[in-house]
Amino acid sequence: MLGRYRLPLTLALAGLLVIAWAVMVLAASGPTVPVDIKYSRFEPDEFRFKAGQEVTFVIFNDDPIDHEFILGDQAVQDGHELGTEAHHGSIPTEVSVPAGATVETTITFDRPGELIIGCHLPGHYAYGMKAIVTVR
Amino acid sequence: MRRLLIVPLVLVFLITSAGAAMACAGVFSPNGNVNLLRTSTLAGYADGIEHYVTSFTFSGGGGEFGSVVPLPGVPTTVERGGDWTLQRLNREVTPVREAFAGANLATAARADSAEVLLETTIDALDITILKGGGDEVGTWAKDNGFLLAPDAPEVLDFYAERSPIFMAAKFNAAAAEERGQAIGEGTPIHLSIPTDNPWVPLRILGLGKQEIERVEADVFLLTEKEPELLIPSDGLILERSEQGSDGLIADLRADKGMEWIPEDGMWLSYLRVDSAAGDLTYDLAVDVQGEAPSTIDAGLASFDAPATPVDDGLPVALLAGVAVLVAGLGITAGRWSLRRAG
Ligand SMILES: [Cu+2]
Repeated sequence: MLGRYRLPLTLALAGLLVIAWAVMVLAASGPTVPVDIKYSRFEPDEFRFKAGQEVTFVIFNDDPIDHEFILGDQAVQDGHELGTEAHHGSIPTEVSVPAGATVETTITFDRPGELIIGCHLPGHYAYGMKAIVTVR
Repeated sequence: MRRLLIVPLVLVFLITSAGAAMACAGVFSPNGNVNLLRTSTLAGYADGIEHYVTSFTFSGGGGEFGSVVPLPGVPTTVERGGDWTLQRLNREVTPVREAFAGANLATAARADSAEVLLETTIDALDITILKGGGDEVGTWAKDNGFLLAPDAPEVLDFYAERSPIFMAAKFNAAAAEERGQAIGEGTPIHLSIPTDNPWVPLRILGLGKQEIERVEADVFLLTEKEPELLIPSDGLILERSEQGSDGLIADLRADKGMEWIPEDGMWLSYLRVDSAAGDLTYDLAVDVQGEAPSTIDAGLASFDAPATPVDDGLPVALLAGVAVLVAGLGITAGRWSLRRAG
C-alpha cells in the first residue's frame, strides 16, 4: 500500500532537506551590509551582529583618497596605527579600499565582544575614521 | 564665484615625508615628520584684476614640496613675483621685529582627474592651475604624488562648490639645490586673476590639523577705501583698519610687477586669525560694491539657501583694489614623494 507513495515521499523528504539546508546556509552566511566611506568617515559608524553570524561587507569608497577597513579589537587597531604595511587584502578583516572603489569582504563573528573598524592611513584614525561593531 | 582673490599666506600643504605614503601610519605623524613653513601672500585688486603674490619657501632636503590653493577664478598670467613685496608688507604690520616673511622654519603640528588649465615652472616650482570638482582635484593631486589629509575631500568640496579653480604647486627641492636656492629662500609667485569681489579662504588653513589645534594667521587687506568685511566669529579679529602709510605704498609700488597699486594710496586692514581648527569653518567675505558681504562667499551658506546679507556694523566702502597678506600661518608641510607601495 505504502509502496506506491514511496517515491513521492522520498522526493518530498529530499526536497524538505534541501530547503532546510538552504535555510541553514543562508542563515549562517548572514546579511550583506553596505558600508559607505565619505569624507573619511564610515557610514554607518555602528554595527550590531550576532555571535556566529557571517556578514559580507560591501565597502564603497566615495572619496578621492584611499582608505582601509581594518576590523579588530583595540590591540589590532593600535598595531595598525604603528604598522607599516602598504596594502591589505589577504586577510578578510584587513582590506584596502582604493579611492572610488568598491570592495567586498566576508567575516564571521565567532564570539561576542566589542570590535572596531578603523582606517590607519596617516592621520585618518585620529581624524575619527572608525566605527564600532558590537557582537552579542 | 568670481571674486577678488585674497589668498592667505598659508598654502595648503598636502604632503608627507618621503617614503611615508604607506598604508599604516607608523612612519608618519601629523606632528612629526612635517615642518611648519611661514609663507606670505599678497592679493591685490585693481581695474577688475586680482594680483596675487605668494611665496613658496625652500626648506632644504632632497625631497619635494607640494601645496594646493583654492582660487576664485582662472589666472590670465602666472609669473615670478617681486622679492620685496611680501617682506615689506610683513614689516609694515610687525614694525618692531625684523620680519622676514617666508624664511622661518619651526616645528608644528601638518573620479576623474581635474582639467589642467595652465602649467608653468618658476624657479624650482612647478605650478599647475586646475579646474574641477573636489573629487577631480583630489584625484589629480593623488595621481601627482600629493598625500591628501583625511579632511581634504570635504574641504576640497567646500571650495569647489563655490569656485572649481585651484592652484597646485610642487617644490622640487633637488632642482632648488641645483640652482643654488638657499634654505629659507622663498620663490614669489604672482598671479593675475580677473575677479569682481574680494574673498579670503580661511578654512583651508586648518587642513590636516586636529580640531583642537590652533590656527594662527595674519590677514592683510589693501583696498582703495575702507572695506566691508564679514567677521563671523571671535576667531577672526580686525586688529587695524587705517589708510596705508605713504611709505608702504611707495615701497610696494617699487617692487617688480606691483605698479598696479594706485599712486594715491590704499586702505590697510589687518585681521588676525586665532582659532581652533575645528571652529574655522568659514572664509572671509569682503564686498567691494558697498553691499553686505556674501554669506555664500564666507562659506556660511550654500548656493541652495539664499545668501543672507550681513550688517555687522563695519562701514560700507567702494573698493578699487584689495591686497591681502597672511603671515605667520601654521602650515602643515613636509617633504613629499611620489606615492609608492611599501
Ligand atoms: Cu581612511
